[in-house]
Amino acid sequence: MEEKLITCTVCPMGCRITVKGEGEKIVSVEGYTCPRGEQYARNEFVHPVRILTSTALVEGSASGPLVAVRSDKPLPKELLFDCMKEIHALHLTAPVHRKDVLIENILNTGVNIVATGEAL
Amino acid sequence: MYQIKCDVAVIGGGPAGLAAADAAKQEGAEKVLIIERDTALGGILQQCVHPGFGLTRFKEELTGPEYAGRFMEKALADGVETLLDTMVLEIMPDATVICTNAAHGITEVKAKSVVLAMGCRERTRGAIQIPGTRPAGVYTAGTAQRLVNRQNEMVGKKVVILGSGDIGMIMARRMTLEGAKVMAVVEMNDYLAGLTRNRVQCLEDFGIPLLLSHTVTRIVGNRRVEGVYVAQVGPDKKPILETEEFFECDTLLLSVGLIPENELTRQAQVEMDPVTNGPKVNQYMQTSLPAVFACGNVVHVNDLVDNVSGESETAGRAAARYALGKLPKTTRVVECVPGNNVRYLCPQRIALGGDAEDVTLYFRVLNPDGAVTMDASCANAQVAHRTAARVSPGEMEHIQVNTGKLLGDAVTVSVEKRG
Repeated sequence: MEEKLITCTVCPMGCRITVKGEGEKIVSVEGYTCPRGEQYARNEFVHPVRILTSTALVEGSASGPLVAVRSDKPLPKELLFDCMKEIHALHLTAPVHRKDVLIENILNTGVNIVATGEAL
Repeated sequence: MYQIKCDVAVIGGGPAGLAAADAAKQEGAEKVLIIERDTALGGILQQCVHPGFGLTRFKEELTGPEYAGRFMEKALADGVETLLDTMVLEIMPDATVICTNAAHGITEVKAKSVVLAMGCRERTRGAIQIPGTRPAGVYTAGTAQRLVNRQNEMVGKKVVILGSGDIGMIMARRMTLEGAKVMAVVEMNDYLAGLTRNRVQCLEDFGIPLLLSHTVTRIVGNRRVEGVYVAQVGPDKKPILETEEFFECDTLLLSVGLIPENELTRQAQVEMDPVTNGPKVNQYMQTSLPAVFACGNVVHVNDLVDNVSGESETAGRAAARYALGKLPKTTRVVECVPGNNVRYLCPQRIALGGDAEDVTLYFRVLNPDGAVTMDASCANAQVAHRTAARVSPGEMEHIQVNTGKLLGDAVTVSVEKRG
């Protein structure tokens, strides 16, 4: 059986959670202090995901050459660098508004890349 | 001289200023004016494109621009006014603010109260005196963050980061995602300076080594950084030169602490706290000058913007009540005194005179510890008590006391090992 010590990153408390199991089957979760922490540890054991944030090039904006972007849901950790390539390929034109979808369903993950800043 | 009249003038349009201004407006101040030196509101959050903001306040994980955006929209919708691209030159004890901008030249803002919300700036290479040459390629982490995230200037390809502050770790991840190789994060202390979550998400996720009890001893390179020497430090915090090791790199980022930006505060002769380097305040975030309030990183460096927003709303509400003549008259002052393993307390004093209320005292410990008790005592009586599984200087703690229980002249907060 596999045992993983996971530091929870849901909030700044950083609870240390021990998960025991095999592959997708979890036998025990110990050390969490909230339900979100337990869920985080379970996901982290089976398949780690991360919110990805970056910036994208935008032309014709008075507020500078970049606009801040994020994934609207967590992405599989192993796809982060591939997703960065897609974001680098973006060449947007102002105006870009907060919450605008910039890449729909990136790499068939069901996750969108959206603007978090404004480029006017 | 161009003149503007207002009830509350807020210096700085970052997270502290935005929250203070909106709270002042909500509390009934008619004209609230934010004076900001940048051309846009939002302050440092504009370049903090990473997530992790707003977990306490909004129960969701927002990025910096999103968090700032919520406050900006609300403040502007509520009728807060702004004076952008404007530099404040002087603050007078009577809440007059002298500032200047291209449109009006020297301008006098006649306010009834002022909120200081200027934030902080980074410590630089000069502040920590690293020996060696002075090539290009040495940046503070926040400057690098601005260049990468707002100006589309990649600062380097092979990076060493000195200091395990949050911005340093966040830049380690950001630079890695942008294609740079981060050789190591080097921390002089034997514990992390920033939040544990950033060690996990920013360093461990990308296999970036964290060297605790190490420091940079020399910078090498003439035109551009060619590398740095890194050595272990002993318990006396002095580098052990025999352990020096060369790290080839073209960039050194410094994440070695923040300094509250208090030139205006000092000039106005506000009483300062030598530990926080910020003004001393009471629970209304009121400084030693009754018409001058302060909040956010200008008072003490926070790790979470959620705390800044909360504290700034307190400041904004109190500044509005002062402007309206509604802030209770102080009859007695209780000093807040750091006890065992407490570096400082904020607020530094509690003003009594109004109805009994709960006051949250924020503090940082001096040294990391495991399971602890936190006690507040006044006139030999315990007035508050809580426990924590562990404490670290990098993570701000708090304890709540009720002003009705404060019978002595001082309240002392101590952190002791449990059991």
